[in-house]
Order: sequence, then structure tokens, then C-alpha cells
Amino acid sequence: MQKRISTLPFHDTPEQARKLEEVIASLQGQAGAVMPALHQAQDIYGYLPMEVQKKIADGLGVSLEEVYGVSTFYSQFSLTPKGRNHISVCLGTACYVKGSDKVLDRIVEKLHIQPEECTEDGLFSLTACRCIGACGLAPVMMINEDVYGRLAPEDVDGILEKYAE
Amino acid sequence: MFRSNVLVCGGTGCTSSNSEQIIEKLNEEIKAQGLDKEVNVIRTGCFGLCALGPIMVVYPEGAFYSRVTPEDVPEIVSEHLLKGRIVTRLLYQETVVDENTTKSLNETTFYAKQMRIALRNCGVINPEVIDEYIAQDGYAALGKVLTEMTPQQVIDTMLASGLRGRGGAGFPTGLKWKFAAANQADQKYACCNADEGDPGAFMDRSVLEGDPHSVLEAMAIAGYAIGASQGYIYIRAEYPIAVKRLQIAIDQAREYGLLGKNIFDSGFDFDIDIRLGAGAFVCGEETALMTSIEGKRGEPRVRPPFPALKGLFGKPTVLNNVETYANIPQIILKGADWFKSIGTEKSPGTKVFALGGKITNTGLVEVPMGTTLREVVEDIGGGVPGGHTFKAAQTGGPSGGCIPASLIDTPIDYDNLIAIGSMMGSGGLIVMDETTCMVDIAKFFLEFTVDESCGKCTPCRVGTKRLLEILDKITSGKGTLEDIDKLEELCYYIKENSLCGLGQTAPNPVLSTLKYFRDEYVAHVTEHRCPAGACKALTNFHIEAEKCKGCTLCARNCPVGAISGKVKEPHVIDTSKCIKCGVCMEKCKFQAVVKK
Repeated sequence: MQKRISTLPFHDTPEQARKLEEVIASLQGQAGAVMPALHQAQDIYGYLPMEVQKKIADGLGVSLEEVYGVSTFYSQFSLTPKGRNHISVCLGTACYVKGSDKVLDRIVEKLHIQPEECTEDGLFSLTACRCIGACGLAPVMMINEDVYGRLAPEDVDGILEKYAE
Repeated sequence: MFRSNVLVCGGTGCTSSNSEQIIEKLNEEIKAQGLDKEVNVIRTGCFGLCALGPIMVVYPEGAFYSRVTPEDVPEIVSEHLLKGRIVTRLLYQETVVDENTTKSLNETTFYAKQMRIALRNCGVINPEVIDEYIAQDGYAALGKVLTEMTPQQVIDTMLASGLRGRGGAGFPTGLKWKFAAANQADQKYACCNADEGDPGAFMDRSVLEGDPHSVLEAMAIAGYAIGASQGYIYIRAEYPIAVKRLQIAIDQAREYGLLGKNIFDSGFDFDIDIRLGAGAFVCGEETALMTSIEGKRGEPRVRPPFPALKGLFGKPTVLNNVETYANIPQIILKGADWFKSIGTEKSPGTKVFALGGKITNTGLVEVPMGTTLREVVEDIGGGVPGGHTFKAAQTGGPSGGCIPASLIDTPIDYDNLIAIGSMMGSGGLIVMDETTCMVDIAKFFLEFTVDESCGKCTPCRVGTKRLLEILDKITSGKGTLEDIDKLEELCYYIKENSLCGLGQTAPNPVLSTLKYFRDEYVAHVTEHRCPAGACKALTNFHIEAEKCKGCTLCARNCPVGAISGKVKEPHVIDTSKCIKCGVCMEKCKFQAVVKK
């Protein structure tokens, strides 16, 4: 999958920097530490800025190329920041045959962003995911931790409005 | 002792429709009524009937409440739990015989034809309490293995049972163990594949959420059989509830001495750690999964050497799928002959399917191998809803194929599915009706494999992309008959030359739809027509003048202003402006808008 790489300037808080240092210290010398490090770094920052990947590479004593290779391989790792509200529309088979593509189209039309993008005001980001396992509720989308099931395209406007402040 | 036990489903499906809130509300209400010493609320794993979620079952009556909302809770507590009157209105209607009698769950059509081995504890026990698992004979199989059996006897039992890998390929589990046991090494590993990547399959997740200890117990048995002291469970990070319950289960098993050093005082050491996947479909392939546990890009390796010789960190490794493991404690306790008596000769046992798509009872079902597709779709699944007709069932996910209505009486087992051009896969079963375009479905799966191809070998990386381009051309009405031939030829080339299972099976959705629905491909190419009316480029919306009342509803709702007409006169769609969103068709109350 093509990854979009953030061009936004990177800022972190001393708190975040300290947490990252702790994560790296706890994984030093362990076999197979790159993936757990990236998982935890993403929890801290919400995404994986290049500066963070560089710190992980230096801290674990591996090349940046290796870290970057891993972070771009897996779809869970994001190289772009997420919006304050993150929407993921399920395009798994069960949802697809029940028309989740039309739900996604509606959101794209409404927010003027493509999947893997974030709105300019930072309010919404959008992604198309493959199966969150709630196939009984198809078609399904998630906004942050909330799951919306049995959707129709016309439901989209009302749901997005709830998050629009 | 509690007078009543209230089981509430805490699987992902029901949690997504607010079962957590229901549990909170239940506890509140029960306390308010002073029943907290008499009624016990238990959060269980998946019951299987996800279409009716959130689900609540009250014992000893066995009353099965479906689609419960937090607002229903006070009534259930005050009527049923306090006064002993079942709230018939909220029951799953099939269990209601008349006002005063209900049927047991096992007599309903959804459950009657099922047989639960892998799912035996799901929806029955609280997965976060090890004692409940132990009360259901949990860890008795591990005890029997460690105190009464040699590793060779364990392997012989597995071989005799004929258990085949439930992850998809159906390789005999006993044989895998035998090979790994035969290789000498200072360290071996027994691993579990919980990277359930097929979109539309969620049985492994349900086992892990509903009965995590059965997997831990079986992994320890595998470790003993092959001589491994360490296990890893590779699980998708997208399954937060399953990860949490697994970690709780591991901690509890360690505390009870069922994992760790000197288990059952037998001198056998075994421990398990969790490794999180990060969303890469190829990591369901065994060598890619092991590369990923090593913390690298999850690319597959060339086999041989097979993992039984050189697997994780270069050591002999056994890797089995979650559902496979969930069967093992029962096989040890009840014996290979019992297991062989279920299912078919070459595929003994049961298989769990995730029913999804255009079917009434979406959810999880476990049936003996050899059950026909018709029984699963029509009897258990309740058929296709909305007056539509069954067109095909897709099994095996992106590696599988579509089974047409003409083969609906095929008994499902590994070999029959391969023979008709599909495969078992992990057990996703997606039902499609006449509004699903088979070319579009093939394209859908190819989009998936193009995204998920790891890029290591050329046939898969480049070949799947070319397949997708041809399918794109056909679904947009620009294809030729020659393209269909090219498509088929390329499919066989990719199957023969790809490095791993992903590439070798990626063309299956195309080949199986070509085999059974070639006429649909031809209609797209020669008539520029999509028979199912699903491919946007080939469909035009049209208003039938004699049905149109001129109510203007369509024109007011059209997002691009493509519809014109005067009030109370037939309207017309300007096809050059139309973006084919279908809003007019949805809004029209007179069925005057048709697809052509």
C-alpha cells in the first residue's frame, strides 16, 4: 500500500520525548524489538514522524532504513498525523457486498478528502480499513472508538455533524 | 450460590452495539433492586448469532433476549429477575412457542444443526476467569498429557485423529508435529497464528475472546509433543479485546502454575508471549509470520527449509491456527476415535464459518464437515433476506472462490471445495445475491491482493497489478474478448510462479468467477452491460414516464442537478450530468427510477 508521508513540521512535548526514551531503553538488546517499539511510539505520538523513527533506529542500534522498511510495510503504522476525529470505513467483504463503498463515497464527497488524508482544519481524518470483525452489523464504520453499524449513505451527514464542533 | 445467572455477550460484534453499557446498567439496576447477592452478571464471549446482538441469556430459564438496548434493562430486571416473569416481547422470537412456553436455544434452526467443539465454551463461560474454564474440564487434557502420555503418544493421537489445519490449507496437524519433533535443537518453538487477515472471517477472534485458555492449553500440549519450551501468539493489533483477554489468561495460567516452570510437577517448562501484528495480510503465511515476529518486514521465505526444521529465529517451529488449537484439548480427552467419528473421512471434525453478506443470520456457526452449503445458508443462515435470490457464496477470502447456486448441495470439506475451484480458507462465508456483480467481486479481491502483496516476488507484485488493470478495463466497459483470454492466461502464470501462498492463490477469485460466471464477463465486454447493475460505468439511471407522478422529490435530492421536469409531469435524467449515486432511486416512492 502506498504510504503518505507527512510534510507537517514535527513538534513533541518533553513528556512525549521522555516516554519514547523509556520505551527504547526497555527494548534495547531484545531480539525483534523494532515492531514493539513502533507500536508504542505510535501510541505516544498518534503517528510515526521521521524524527521518531530516527530516534528508534539510533536507540536500538539498527539502521533507519530497517526501521523505515518496517514502518512502511504494515498498514497499522501511520506516517501522517490523524485528525481529532478519525473515521475508518470498513471495506471488508461482508461490508462491501452490503454497500460500504457508497458510505465511503459519501464521506469523501462531504469532507473533500481522500482516504489516508486529514481535513485542513484537522477535525477529521479518513481511512478505509479491512474488517473490524463486526460483520454482523455490516456495513460498518468507526469514528474514534464509536462503532456505527447497519449504515446507509444518507446516515453519514447526521453522524458527522455530531463530531463537527 | 446465585439464583440466576445473566450472560451478556462481550464479543466484538455485541460490544460494538453497546453491550458494555447494558452490563453497567444491569449491575446498577440489580443493585437498586437489592438482588446483587442473588443474581450474577457474566460477560461471555460470542454466542454466534451476531445479527441479533446485543445478546443476553438468563439462566436457569435459558431465556434468550436479542437486540437488547440499555433502555430495556430496567424491565428485564424488575419483571424477569425480580418477579420471575420472562419478558416475551424481547425474546428471540424463534424461541417463543406461546405466551408461557419457550424453546431451548439448541432447538432453534440456527443452533439445531450446529455442533460446537472449537466454540464449546464461547458464550458459556467468563473468559476472564480461569476457574470457569477449569470447571469445564479445562487443563485436564494438559494434565493427562504431562502425567500419562509420552510426547510420541501425543503425536500418535493427533495423527490418528486426522485433524487438519483450520487456517486454510488443511495440512495434517499431527504430521507437522511429527516433523518438528524429529529435528534436534537446543530451542524449539510452538506458535499460534492469530493473524486472521481474511476480510469477513472472525472465528479466531471469537475463540480468543470467548475461550482464550483453550488455545494456551493446546499450545502447551504442542510444546510438550515437539519439545518446545517457548510459545508465541501472533495476533492482529486490530483485535484489542482479544489481546486483552489473552494477556489476562496468560497471567492467570502463570499464577496457577499451568504455564511456566515445572508444570504439573512433570519437569516440563513452557511459557507463552504475545506478539502484535500490524496489519499485513501476508503475515498469515507461516514464514512471513515468523519473519514478522523477528521484528522485520513480514516477507515470506523460500521453502524448503520448512519451519519444522528452520522456523522462528532459525529453530524448529510448529505453527498452528487458533481454531486448530481449540480442538486439541477435546481430542486428547475424548480420543482420536471420537473425533474421527465426526465429519467426513478425509476431513474429520467440525469447521467454524463466519456467515456474512446477504444473509439473514449473520454470525458464527460451527458445523460437522460434510454439511452441505444449502444447510448452512438456508437452514442455519435463514436464507437471503429482502426477497432476493441466492447467487453465489464466496469462501476462502481473497484466496478462495465463488460457489454458484448450482453447486449449493456440495458437502463442505477441504477436498470438495478445492475440487470446485474454491478453498476452505479460514472459514469466511460471504453470501451474494443477484445484485452482486461477479466481475466487480473479482476486482474487489484483486484490489485487496494488490494492496497486500509484499512485493518480494515479481509474479505476484506485477502480475496482480496487471490482473486488476484488465478487470478495471472490463468493468468500465472498455474490455475486449481478447482481454478475457489474457486474464485467464495471466492467472495461471501467477499461480505457478509466485513464491508464497498469497500469490499462488491470488488469481482464484478471478478463475472461479470466470469458470461459473463467464457470461457476466462477456456481457460487460460485448454488450457493455453489467447484468447485476453494480458496475457504475455501465449503468444508467432512467425515469419511466408512465410511473413518474412528478412529485419532484428526486430532482430536489439530486446532488448535481441532473434531473429536470415540471411539477406533476414526468421528470427526465440528464445522463451527461448524472454521477450515478442512486439517490433518486432510493428516494422515489413510485419505483419510477430504474437502472439500465
